[in-house]
Amino acid sequence: MMLITCPHCGPRAQAEFTYERTVDSVVQPGTDPAGAMERLFTRANPRGLDDEIWRHTFGCRAWLVMTRHRVTHAIEAIRAVGPEALP
Amino acid sequence: MSGPQRAGEPGTIRFTFDGKPLLARRGDTLAAALLANGIGLVARSFKYHRPRGIMAAGVEEPNALVTVGTGGRSEPNTRATDLFVYEGMVARSQNRWPNLSFDVGSILGLAAKALPAGFYYKTFFGSAKRWMFYEWFIRRAAGLGDAPNAADPDRFAQRAGFCDVLVVGAGPAGLAAALAAAEAGERVTLVEQDRVLAPSLVRDPQELDPAWAEATAAQISALGGQILLRTTAAGYWDDNLITLSQRLAEPGQQPPNGAAQRLWHVRAKRVVLATGALERPLAFAHNDRPGVMLSQAVRTYVRRFGVVPGQRVIIATNNDDAYLTAAAMRDAGAEVVAVLDTRPAPAGATSGFTVHNEAMPLATTGARHHLREVSARVGGKIVRWQADLLAMSGGFTPVVHLHMQAGGAALDWDDASQSFLPGAARQNVTSIGAAAAADPIGPTPPPENSGKAFIDFQNDVSLGDVDLAWAEGYRSVEHLKRYTTLAMATDQGKTSNMAALGRLAEKQGVAIPDAGLTTFRPPYTPVTMGLLAGRSERDAGAHLRRLALYDVHQAKAPTWQPLGYWKRPRAYPAGTETLAQAALREARSVRTAVGMTDVSTLAKFEVSGPDAAALLELICATTVAKLAVGRGRYTFMLREDGLVFDDGTVWRLGEDRYLLTSSTGGADRMATHISYVRQFLYPQLKVSAVNVQEHYAGIAVAGPHAKTVLAALIGEEVPRHMSTVPAAIGGVPVLVLAASYSGERAFEIYVEASKAEPVWSACEAEVTAHGGCLYGMEAMEFLRIEKGHLVVGGEIDGRLTPHDLALGGMLNKAGGYVGAEGLTRPALTQTGRKQLVGLEALDGTIPEGSMLITAPGQPAQGHVTAAGLRVLDGGSIALGQLNDGFARHGELLIASSPTRGLIARVRVVAPHFYDTGGERYRD
Repeated sequence: MMLITCPHCGPRAQAEFTYERTVDSVVQPGTDPAGAMERLFTRANPRGLDDEIWRHTFGCRAWLVMTRHRVTHAIEAIRAVGPEALP
Repeated sequence: MSGPQRAGEPGTIRFTFDGKPLLARRGDTLAAALLANGIGLVARSFKYHRPRGIMAAGVEEPNALVTVGTGGRSEPNTRATDLFVYEGMVARSQNRWPNLSFDVGSILGLAAKALPAGFYYKTFFGSAKRWMFYEWFIRRAAGLGDAPNAADPDRFAQRAGFCDVLVVGAGPAGLAAALAAAEAGERVTLVEQDRVLAPSLVRDPQELDPAWAEATAAQISALGGQILLRTTAAGYWDDNLITLSQRLAEPGQQPPNGAAQRLWHVRAKRVVLATGALERPLAFAHNDRPGVMLSQAVRTYVRRFGVVPGQRVIIATNNDDAYLTAAAMRDAGAEVVAVLDTRPAPAGATSGFTVHNEAMPLATTGARHHLREVSARVGGKIVRWQADLLAMSGGFTPVVHLHMQAGGAALDWDDASQSFLPGAARQNVTSIGAAAAADPIGPTPPPENSGKAFIDFQNDVSLGDVDLAWAEGYRSVEHLKRYTTLAMATDQGKTSNMAALGRLAEKQGVAIPDAGLTTFRPPYTPVTMGLLAGRSERDAGAHLRRLALYDVHQAKAPTWQPLGYWKRPRAYPAGTETLAQAALREARSVRTAVGMTDVSTLAKFEVSGPDAAALLELICATTVAKLAVGRGRYTFMLREDGLVFDDGTVWRLGEDRYLLTSSTGGADRMATHISYVRQFLYPQLKVSAVNVQEHYAGIAVAGPHAKTVLAALIGEEVPRHMSTVPAAIGGVPVLVLAASYSGERAFEIYVEASKAEPVWSACEAEVTAHGGCLYGMEAMEFLRIEKGHLVVGGEIDGRLTPHDLALGGMLNKAGGYVGAEGLTRPALTQTGRKQLVGLEALDGTIPEGSMLITAPGQPAQGHVTAAGLRVLDGGSIALGQLNDGFARHGELLIASSPTRGLIARVRVVAPHFYDTGGERYRD
């Protein structure tokens, strides 16, 4: 079970978090249909680093973007997203 | 046979084995106690039912598996070597019938040549019918102990732990490491699977005084370190999380206080693995006979338990360690008949024993219970000895399991010891002591005799099976493992892996490290299901949520129905009414007078702020922005792939304030979806979306008299259909929505949950006064099916588009909602898609969940999603999904449920059976 450092709450057990999806699968409304389907169904799934969306579901409930190594589970970067994180 | 002997007094603890009362000494393992009682035959092997005894003295024991305890507390497949005898313990042998000495299944052993590796696959997987016929016999013949058939009466605890250093293994190395860390001011946890510290020092006191272990432990404790005995580091996970399984009672024992076991999740800054090494058996014919044991195990029984497992012992070894066993046996008064050493004679000092160099056992002979004779090749000759014990040592395998579970990138091959040593580690972990280095060994000659030379004793895999797998083309170690079942038993090949790898490498003509390794998987030793479940039994994982009006319903003794995390009244049977009778009465009351029901569980979200409409137009596939204040509409939501996943209603309560309702079962999913759109896709929106599902209780009042009832309740103008007004009932503020699910004029009254009861009572009084009654979910189902309204999980099953559900006309023409792009996929507009239809029976009753076919034997063209009846007129009707259903109205089909043997002829019709014009709920 990974130890994930929530930007708001600090290091917490993975059990508090929910994995949602990869960033490359996100479809912004208004994307052209072909591009949207490409993002939804044809994904890179790299054996290495990838950007993933997680939620601190059983903590502060923040939505997070995490750069995580798919093999070693090493987390290279993590940031919160949402209105509070806007510049 | 002279049999094992025991020094000192006889036992002080009483236990039984296969019903026979026996005595043990405090501190004995079951294995030690059985040996002390002269019991050599302990088990029957998994596949061939060969007689087996005790081979090891620790957790690696492959043979001596027993069932211990009774009733729900019984624990099958427990290693007799990892089980400390307690007063009143009841242990039984396994996999034998009618008894251990005379086992009918052992006939399989006589036919062993007919049962090679892959036998079951070859013989029984040819045709499914054959397999189904034989399976019952095979499952009876081959197997382990029986799972308990009663609930476990014990509690299992869970605990989180944190430390700077976790040391696994309290042998000399582990104790020293733990002390060093504690002295350096680190928070230390030291765990030991045995119930004593440093059991190896008891076995080999010449290394270090066993009293040193106690003194060291005392120092560690004094420095604040934590020492857990009888605790196994079972799994090593990401970021130095280690799961520990702690025995607070022995298997099958009634826990002295509280829980039987405790599962720890320990997060450590660093981990030290002092897990030691396991001795390897030697492969020769009939090396599985009771009386053939691992050399260190023999020494352990002699020195730690005071049990001498034989009087005439032969030592067979390829290393120096076994000479210590020879010495221990000699010191205990046994006769060391010969030491067979595979290595050439060394120059210089002699050991004082009769040593034969370049010697290797060939075979053993004896009876079920014991060993009689050992034959060996000594140089060019074959020599035989009478012996009742053979102590063997094929070298040592460092325990690298946890290192590998931790994501150890590699193991380093050490040629001198013929073993894998822990290599680079991905996590902050180091291995020390015998887990990190092994002594050199000599050659290990292959068996010459044709008799079975076992390597995996627990799964009955011999070297011959490895050869057979190779001959049949299994080249990879992973294939070899699966084909022969090698290392797939509960011991996970602790004593067998290296022998198999060596043989495979020899066949491949490569060095052992190039032959490949299989994965080391947790747990290191088996854990019980109860330990993993902990307190999460029954509905602890998803607690039942109780309606705000639960007590009010319960007083009427309804039939309850689970719905999502909730239970809702299904019907309120009166007197001797059946569920169906009650539901029909309730539904008819709604059609002819008035009824009321609890709709509190619906998902509800309050969306407010300048961008509230903008957010809702993303979530909902219908228009929202054009709603006037005080108005509402039906809506539905799409996934990004264009398929409908939920539906509900949206209401404009104020200029910048909306209420969105959706299905009960999808409430959590909808909350996440809204949160995703709001937090991730559109963080710049000025909007707040609050989940108010449990904040409000909801009461629906429906029927021709509903308007009169409402007027009496709120004392003012009632809202027209799809309108909303704030009001008060008995002084309690409520929100009234005029919406109809039943097809009748209907209202939903929302009230703060804690104030719901007086509002409910006021409604009930008024409904009763107008000849109405309460209705439950079953009546609601009848009403909505007849009206053709959809339900999430039924018609809306996540596979249909708005067009398939005849909702296409309601889509927001401007697009912009989630799923708009997905909806343009060509596959979603092709012909042949399932479409919503109504079905009416020509005869009989349409079976719930049945498939729609044109003729018996033809493939299904659709299915029934909900079956009901015409509430007032009778007659079986249903909603369903049918390929190209819109174009097939009038067609005759068969609704068939082959599993239940039910069938009905049906006509495809429009999915509206009642008031198709919607006149009844409009003003």
